[in-house]
Amino acid sequence: MKKTIITATLYTLITAILLGIGYPLAITGLAHIFFPKQADGELITRNGAVIGSHLIGQSFTGTTYFHSRPSAAGTGYDAGSSSGSNLAPTSKSLIDRTTASTVTEQTGTAPVPVDLVTASASGLDPDITPAAALYQIPRIARERHLSEPALTALVAAHTTPRQFGLLGEPRVNVLDLNLALDNLPTH
Amino acid sequence: MSLNGWLQIALFIALILLLAKPMGSYMTRVFERRRTWLDPVLVPCERLLYRLTGVVPTEEMRWTQYALTMLIFSAATLVLTYVVERLQLLLPLNPQHLAAVAPDLALNTAISFTTNTNWQAYTPETTMSYLTQMLGLATHNFWSAAVGLALAIAFIRGIARREMKTLGNFWVDLTRGTLWILLPISVVFALALVSQGVIQNLNPYTTATLVEPQHITTTGADGKPITTTVTTQTIAQGPVASQEAIKMLGTNGGGFFNANSAHPFENPTPLTNFLQLLSIFLIPAGLTATLGQMVGSPRHGWAILAAMTLLWFVGVFTCYWAESQPNPLLHNIDQQHSLTQPGGNMEGKEVRFGIASSALFATVTTDASCGAVNSMHDSFTPLGGMVPLVNILLGEIVFGGVGAGLYGMLVFVVISVFIAGLMVGRTPEYLGKKVESYDVQMAMLYLLIFPLLILGFAAVTVLMPNLGLSSLANHGPHGLSEILYAYASATGNNGSAFMGLNANTHWYNYSLGIAMFVGRFMMIIPMLALAGNLAGKKIVPETAGTFPVTTPLFTILLTSVIVIVGALTFFPALSLGPILEHLLLHAGNTF
Repeated sequence: MKKTIITATLYTLITAILLGIGYPLAITGLAHIFFPKQADGELITRNGAVIGSHLIGQSFTGTTYFHSRPSAAGTGYDAGSSSGSNLAPTSKSLIDRTTASTVTEQTGTAPVPVDLVTASASGLDPDITPAAALYQIPRIARERHLSEPALTALVAAHTTPRQFGLLGEPRVNVLDLNLALDNLPTH
Repeated sequence: MSLNGWLQIALFIALILLLAKPMGSYMTRVFERRRTWLDPVLVPCERLLYRLTGVVPTEEMRWTQYALTMLIFSAATLVLTYVVERLQLLLPLNPQHLAAVAPDLALNTAISFTTNTNWQAYTPETTMSYLTQMLGLATHNFWSAAVGLALAIAFIRGIARREMKTLGNFWVDLTRGTLWILLPISVVFALALVSQGVIQNLNPYTTATLVEPQHITTTGADGKPITTTVTTQTIAQGPVASQEAIKMLGTNGGGFFNANSAHPFENPTPLTNFLQLLSIFLIPAGLTATLGQMVGSPRHGWAILAAMTLLWFVGVFTCYWAESQPNPLLHNIDQQHSLTQPGGNMEGKEVRFGIASSALFATVTTDASCGAVNSMHDSFTPLGGMVPLVNILLGEIVFGGVGAGLYGMLVFVVISVFIAGLMVGRTPEYLGKKVESYDVQMAMLYLLIFPLLILGFAAVTVLMPNLGLSSLANHGPHGLSEILYAYASATGNNGSAFMGLNANTHWYNYSLGIAMFVGRFMMIIPMLALAGNLAGKKIVPETAGTFPVTTPLFTILLTSVIVIVGALTFFPALSLGPILEHLLLHAGNTF
């Protein structure tokens, strides 16, 4: 019994250093040699300042930008506090929230694509569906005085297809799309 | 549901079934101490470790000694994690200066990770320092998985050995499982994850200047609206990939971030998602082949794998179908599947995964005792959310956790063989061994502790408005589902949650802590007792009256026993939770 306790304690300490210090530090080192950009979070910088990450969504609520999905992370897209809403389909709060979002997002009579009015699991979803991006084109064309075909082409250029044509779903990265939108010449 | 969705699901299960045999053969070699191609590097490490810790690798252990050693080792690792959590402010690698973890939460978390549950009553990015994540939590992802593997191998030896009193050496099984299986796969897997965008650094959190500043209106203490302008975004960083790899491979499931595998830094692309899915089932599927090889009946392993695959399919079909359905309470919203969107129930799901990958993940993570999530189960449709709940309630034996799934399944095999014996009126045999009253008693003890804990704790919690019910995020029948899910997840050592429930209270931290502890260790003891007893038996020659455990008939019997035991035990509770919620949802009720 006493011998087992000594062995267990030594075994715990030695393997803790191997698995809890050695292994993660080795992976950190290798990651920075082979994939330095990915290891640090694919940050986007403008004039030397970080303006976001390709992988992390941001809130866009103004009429001149493509909107991102509602977010339950902090006050919205707080990447220090990821979270979903965790509201059940029978939750009154959920129905009230989506109804309010639908009123904001709806243009014309066509129903709003569901991802545009539902909160993601992480609260940091960088993407919207192609349907949600195309849906917003008339509003952006009006607000920015751009032609709809130019915007449709922009959305098409920023649509990521399924990986290997099979995995996941087609999607549009909202931050990348809006940064490209700001660079479009107006007419 | 779409053709593409089903293709993804089909590819997944095809790869698992293809990988089962090579993975199983490799594990057989590792645990039978035969040569492998990693030996030149690992054998010296193994010998050094034994010398430093005083392990005698040739020593054989009886089941009692095996169990005691496992308990003492688990206790030592639990203490280490508790200490690291409490002292994290004084230790390095804490760039955010996160305070010491509160005692009840620290204890709950230490139990949670020791028992391979990875229930998380905290928000990691605001609670745990990098060192705590690495040294206190990721280490347990290796240890608890290796312990599970060792126990499964001990159980297999119990079946395979004849007229012996011992089950092997715990330290040797633990070491070989860690060094030959978990660590090498994790290194390769972690780097593959980084290449796709999973982060791996020790940087402080990044502050980004928002492209479009946001005006946030909140209600102040005096009831007046206050508008604040948010101009920056804090982006949490950390050594994620190294932890992510073993979190999935070891069916642990504790996320580096609160959103777990839904967080873009943990699971950035459909490919990382697919690899994470494969890694959950890789070892559990392989273990069925290991079982077949070590007991000398490969077809028995395949028969068990077939039962698992059958139950998996029913789960994923139900979940995918339910989540593809529109929510009838939403209006003016396009929830139809089309070429440009998956449609369906998108609340709590990520666009890159859509419905198919989310439903598959929810099914797989609860078939196994993984508990990682890439979508929020609390926001699933009532029937879609019932699938993960039922998977846990069946005992997580559909592939199951690393090791734990196989030995849980083998307990059901013993019960199935016993029932088959009763039906034909002769002493039941399992692979040449008579199944006698002691064996059935231990198997039944294993099966009864589980519902007793879940239903007992859930019943007590429901009766306490101030302690139990005040933590609910959703009301009506969904509230019962939240409580039921919490105790099922804790007792079954799953760790996923209906995350609306605020479980970081004294009542939940302690009661769920007890559920996790008893659900792991008190179930292991009867399981090892059964294994020890089986190891001592003689082999009786097979006769025409022996019920074969290698046929489709056996697969069907085993599946039926699992479903009947589960349904008899939990149907009343489920009918008041998800089933009632389903009926009320379609009658137009909200809560």
